[in-house]
Amino acid sequence: MSVDTPAGPGLYPDAAGHFGRFGGRFVPEALVAALDELDGAWRTAMGEESFQTEFAALLRDYAGAPSLLYPARRLSAKIGAQVLLKREDLNHTGAHKVRNVLGQALLTKRMGKQRVIAETGAGQHGVATATAAALFDLECVVYMGEVDTQRQALNVARMRMLGATVVPVTAGSRTLKDAMNEAMRDWVANVDSTHYLIGTAAGPHPFPALVRDFVRGIGDEARQQCLDLVGALPDAVTACVGGGSNALGVFHAFVDDPSVRLYGFEAGGDGPATGRHAASITGGSSGVLHGTRTYVLQDADGQTVESHSISAGLDYPGVGPEHAWLHDTGRATYRPVTDADAMAAFELLCRTEGIIPAIESSHALAGTVAIAPELTAELGREPVVVVNLSGRGDKDVHTAGEYFGVLDKE
Amino acid sequence: MSRIGVAFDQARAEGRAVLVGCMPAGFPTVEGSIAAMTAMVEAGVDVIEVEIPYSDPVMDGPVIQQASDIALAGGVRVADTLRIVDAVAATGAPVVTMTYWNPIEQYGVDAFARDLAAAGGTGLITPDLIPDEAQEWLAASDAYGLDRTFLVSPSSTDARLQMTVEHCRGFVYATAIMGVTGARTQASAAAPVLVSRVRAATDLPVGVGLGIGTGEQAGTAAGFADGVIVGSALIRRLLDAPSLSAGLTALRELSAELAAGVRAPTP
Repeated sequence: MSVDTPAGPGLYPDAAGHFGRFGGRFVPEALVAALDELDGAWRTAMGEESFQTEFAALLRDYAGAPSLLYPARRLSAKIGAQVLLKREDLNHTGAHKVRNVLGQALLTKRMGKQRVIAETGAGQHGVATATAAALFDLECVVYMGEVDTQRQALNVARMRMLGATVVPVTAGSRTLKDAMNEAMRDWVANVDSTHYLIGTAAGPHPFPALVRDFVRGIGDEARQQCLDLVGALPDAVTACVGGGSNALGVFHAFVDDPSVRLYGFEAGGDGPATGRHAASITGGSSGVLHGTRTYVLQDADGQTVESHSISAGLDYPGVGPEHAWLHDTGRATYRPVTDADAMAAFELLCRTEGIIPAIESSHALAGTVAIAPELTAELGREPVVVVNLSGRGDKDVHTAGEYFGVLDKE
Repeated sequence: MSRIGVAFDQARAEGRAVLVGCMPAGFPTVEGSIAAMTAMVEAGVDVIEVEIPYSDPVMDGPVIQQASDIALAGGVRVADTLRIVDAVAATGAPVVTMTYWNPIEQYGVDAFARDLAAAGGTGLITPDLIPDEAQEWLAASDAYGLDRTFLVSPSSTDARLQMTVEHCRGFVYATAIMGVTGARTQASAAAPVLVSRVRAATDLPVGVGLGIGTGEQAGTAAGFADGVIVGSALIRRLLDAPSLSAGLTALRELSAELAAGVRAPTP
């Protein structure tokens, strides 16, 4: 696989990291040398069989890949579609994110750096980074908005047990975007010793393409598993989109299959019309945030607007630039899913399949429920849909328990 | 030659460095920031750098973040910034703006260049726009005769440094340390090295910023650079003051101390 392939849908960005008019690098000059170093290390590694073998062994022996592709029969009967769940929730640490952190930790070692920093919203990427740091014996500092450290105290404890230092960020809105700002500031000051282990397919080049490369196994596996299970490609592949790494991970293998429809479901919060949402593509506009040009939630002056979602992992006012491009080219379709619809789908999966999904992934389920009748009408039969179940719901038990009123009063 | 260039030439003739003082537009209010910048000019600051506040300033330390948050909470708009530039330019001091790229992109790159030039601004410092992504800004700044100041860093390779200064006009901004804005007690060993690398690549004047907050530090920087850029230490005087008038007094004191510093370059 060549990383110099000219940009085409689902292939690679240009040499400077542009996906069409999106992507690129909008960063302080101080970071350019480190981004170039990372770009070089990544390109070299991806071309080396020894790296691929080492990465594949880690995914298999440590993370539990390939994850199952599970035919969810009771759910399928309920919604009128043949649903195949890509069980990334069964991975070590409970989500697709472990693939990205293992890949980047390997690169960190190759670059001779001893320290990793990360931003985290709900704490999932922080926990995954702390996990990889423990495994690879790296110093780990995680920036987390002060508001989130309070909302996600258990994940803060997890990171500390794994040996990471958690730094509460008190600037700005004290949430994920501010944690990302603080991580960038740390990186500018410590770039010689430190790798910034970004948690999604966003940020300056090469991060969007690099992260996508490390998680693309989701789709590669799912494509083969689907062929084995049903003897054909799926009619559609669905995923939730915050920053968008799990969606790119599952989409990538199917981008060149024109019969496979790709759907990204954004966090619609209280509904796009209310302004309280995190749907950057369907409710935002083109701008520059965190080092890349993409769709952003912003006001007329380009000031970032706070996002809102019941799902902390989707609660981000930007999106990876490759999604912006897949949207503009029409190759993928993006729609918002409200908190209420996501929670209904959460409950549906619990009751039909005995699987408690992450609230993030529940957006993909809810979107699938919505498109099933449309696809049935279009195809004249029930569609086969691969749904990326990107994470498990253990971390969301408190939020969901409150939402459904099933917590005993203390 | 731009008005900034004239200021650098005059200072060079006087055997000293230019003092550049930075203040966020709209901090603590629009009128307050005009008063602050005017006071700085009166107390000896040669060039005013007006920072257009942005919600996610990744190159800025806690002091400028806090001041930017106050300005944004007060409702300052990019259009207000241009009004501030106009008012401060009336003092006769060259006024340069500084901001992250997204506010300019949303205002419209050509429209911003047109309106900045009309307001009497001399140019723009772009902390998160590197020449590699700057095609639109290169064209607009050419069209309206504005200076372009890109940053160079101790980590810049020789090839990048050369490319960057070739795209600069007015002056080059050398970041003295690997880090974000904010006064520091220790002098940077990297700064003189970086400045001499820039001198080898261009005849443009070089300003040094990041971490300078006292007259003594200004004198040290003036010993090897053409310009000394101070932000956080000045802003801190306003942040810490019990009232705007007390803040302006403190701001004048520090401005005068820094102005004396750039006139006593340490060899």
